[in-house]
Amino acid sequence: MPVTDTFHDEETLTLTIVAEFAASPQRVWDIYADPRQLEQIWGPPTYPATVVDHSLEPGGRVTYFMTSPEGERFCGLWEVTAVDRFTRLEFRDYFADEDFTIVESMPGSSCVYTFEATETGTRATYESVFDSVEGLRTVIEMGVVEGSTGAINQIDGLLARSGTANRANSQPSELS
Amino acid sequence: MKGLLDDEADALFQALADRTRRDIVRRVAGEGLSVSDLAADYDMSFAAVQKHVAVLERVGLVTKRRVGRRQIAHAEVGPLRTITSLLTELEDHWVERVQRIDDLLAEDEPAGSRD
Repeated sequence: MPVTDTFHDEETLTLTIVAEFAASPQRVWDIYADPRQLEQIWGPPTYPATVVDHSLEPGGRVTYFMTSPEGERFCGLWEVTAVDRFTRLEFRDYFADEDFTIVESMPGSSCVYTFEATETGTRATYESVFDSVEGLRTVIEMGVVEGSTGAINQIDGLLARSGTANRANSQPSELS
Repeated sequence: MKGLLDDEADALFQALADRTRRDIVRRVAGEGLSVSDLAADYDMSFAAVQKHVAVLERVGLVTKRRVGRRQIAHAEVGPLRTITSLLTELEDHWVERVQRIDDLLAEDEPAGSRD
């Protein structure tokens, strides 16, 4: 199981994933340095990614789009802010339009990837910090297929457990 | 931001505190249904069902689209997902991505060591 640890911080909208790979940091770095490898791992098979521009250096840009099963394109871009070859990559991830212009109205996220050599290969730490809940929602809309009634069923279960179904608030439900 | 989320949560819970409304959201989560189709299945007036749909619309849980002369209600479950559930979903997404990285790295092994 390559993922060894995950952390959520709801206050700062941060997700951290720690994974162990049986390959050297240089080899793992290659995945990010080679656009053809990057597109193989970036999107799920149902949303394949295509990397267009690829400049992995401070001030450089990586532009990509993901194609939905319906053929809809979701474009994104990275603005690379710091590169320490083989060990550290920092970038801002933004939503973009078809011309790869940043969509200013959509919040982005800040990403820090680090790769440390271990006895068995590499420990990779992926940290994403979202600017807002809206950005987080949109990222999920882009690449994750989900069962749409799950959330309602959870609420049902919650209300059933607390024994307050249909009496969940003391005010009469407002119907006008 | 937290205050805003709390207000949003209050409005959502208030809208979902009613069994009929929870049922409506579940039923329109897939294909979408017209208000008349929905009303046919409840033991209440068309107007009452229409009001329930309007409450759900106000909090963004249901959107209505016009198809010819009919109004079709669709569920928008996005607002129901809390930050925790969003982060959890994203985590699942990452677990898959890490698996793809692992698979790609495994392809490096010399031919013959795997089949």
